[in-house]
Amino acid sequence: MSYAGPQAQAVDHGAELARAGAHVQGWGGSVLYQARRHPLGALGLLIVAAFVLVALFAPFIATHDPLATNAASSLARPGGEHLLGADFMGRDMWSRIIYGARISLIVGIASTLLGCLLGVAVGLISGFWGGWVDLVTQRVNDVLQALPLLVLALVMAAALGPSLQNVIIAISIPVIPNVARVIRSNTLALREMPFVEAARAQGMSELRIAVLHVLPNTLAPVIVLATAQLGSAILTEASLSFLGLGIPEPYPSWGRMLSESAAEYVRTAPWLVIFPGLAISLVIFGTNLLGDAIRDILDPRERS
Amino acid sequence: MLSYIIRRFLLMIVTLFGMSVLIFLLLRLMPGNVADILFDAGGYIDPAERAQIEAELGLDQPIVVQYVNWIGSLLRGDLGYSYITERPAIEEIAPRIPVTAQLALWALVFSVVFGVPLGVISAVRQNTALDYVLRLISLSGLSMPSFWLALLIIMFTVQYFGYIPIYTATPQSVWESLAMYAIPAAAVGFRSSALIMRLTRSSMLEVLRQDYIRTARSKGASENAVNYHHALRNAVLPVVTIIGIEAAFLIGGLIVTETVFNIPGVARFLVESILWRDYPIVQNLVMFIAVVVVVVNFVVDMLYAVLDPRIKYSD
Repeated sequence: MSYAGPQAQAVDHGAELARAGAHVQGWGGSVLYQARRHPLGALGLLIVAAFVLVALFAPFIATHDPLATNAASSLARPGGEHLLGADFMGRDMWSRIIYGARISLIVGIASTLLGCLLGVAVGLISGFWGGWVDLVTQRVNDVLQALPLLVLALVMAAALGPSLQNVIIAISIPVIPNVARVIRSNTLALREMPFVEAARAQGMSELRIAVLHVLPNTLAPVIVLATAQLGSAILTEASLSFLGLGIPEPYPSWGRMLSESAAEYVRTAPWLVIFPGLAISLVIFGTNLLGDAIRDILDPRERS
Repeated sequence: MLSYIIRRFLLMIVTLFGMSVLIFLLLRLMPGNVADILFDAGGYIDPAERAQIEAELGLDQPIVVQYVNWIGSLLRGDLGYSYITERPAIEEIAPRIPVTAQLALWALVFSVVFGVPLGVISAVRQNTALDYVLRLISLSGLSMPSFWLALLIIMFTVQYFGYIPIYTATPQSVWESLAMYAIPAAAVGFRSSALIMRLTRSSMLEVLRQDYIRTARSKGASENAVNYHHALRNAVLPVVTIIGIEAAFLIGGLIVTETVFNIPGVARFLVESILWRDYPIVQNLVMFIAVVVVVVNFVVDMLYAVLDPRIKYSD
């Protein structure tokens, strides 16, 4: 009976997508096809890809050691030896921003993945098993959603203490209820679908049905949510670091670069304010564009 | 309807109770308590003195007792004492509330005044150059951190006017108070107006696709009448619910903006108290923020039912 399971699901999945008007075809061809239909989304993808490449190849792109201080070039203007100038301690801004991409993307992607993973698990359990489990998880979701994202992340970050992994955990927690809520409602609808009934009639265990049949069908909304959350995760990291509760020294974080330079250098060294903020905005802009396009592509309701 | 209100109200109480437990536990997770921080400066910790301070602050009692004490006094309106200034927490928090409330109000006004009309224009002129420009502006608004925008505004204002209205506790006139709040409010409100614009646009587009709009067109109603009389009324309704989301959204912006502009409001105070591990202040402030968000959402839900006669909460 198990051999019929995945097959039945695959057929149903494709049919579902096709009925919703999706183009059921290979991924390689459809990326190009979608890029033409969503030029802004393609731009977003390019921006995000560029930042990923910068983060991966940071040592080759950076001109200086991002942590090396140099009294001689303290507050050096942009141009010359320091492409984007240098901060008070003489650290090269270009190199710090390049390495900052690593922090920003690692925290953004890791916390989004962690939050989505936990959110999917919670949503699936809550929607599939129902009963008191559902009731309790929904109330916990209510609680987590009643606090503004940044407040929850602030308290979490303070409670866990400053470190890279704790910041990731702190930012992933507010993602959980958002994802869980969507997955739960999707699961509730899917639970009543004929293919789930068929699987049950074949004697499949509930766990297998949940993981093999229901879970794959919730992937589209998860992808939509994940890309939407990525930008806000990156923004939250920047805000936390800006407020002094994010990534600790010596990692170069864009948010902290701004808080270090904020008060004193707004007038005297504007490049310390402009460039890190530009980097944050650009990467979030890219993920927003990409997220919008992915939502348009995957969410049939949004299609006009 | 009445049963819906009651159920919704009870759920709100449950949420707030869960919130109080969560906040309390999170704060007890924090590494090092205030005794550590107070002694950090001295460098040497005398165990006896430390134990005395902990006993004084009630930190040596079992965690359940500490929680019950907190909630009990909270319900009596007693928020405890700030560990740092040793003044009643209520005296520290209360004077800061109007500051943040005013800032939030101006930011909300700013975001609605710009967000709703621009969103409508964007939808009516869908897929024109104007629509693309407006969407791009709204997307950049959502992409820019408020603290960076605030820093940029400070930078350019100082550059071109050589001066920026600084926060004063006692503004001499309404105009001075407006000038003082306008710039920070714009910094917070820009992001919110981008969000409102986006949601207004999609809500308006949704309505414009409805059958009754086609009916209005086919009976010969002018384009303006269709857009602004028939469609706008229904499109603006969902935007009201956004104000509920907005409450939570604004607070995030307020925290960083008050920090940048040095405004002594509750939002900045939260960050300061967290850094100081001033438990009574942090737990009461977070609780206060949660109450505000939950109550605003409750009111918006009720308001929505009143504004839209089609909605019937029967079950």
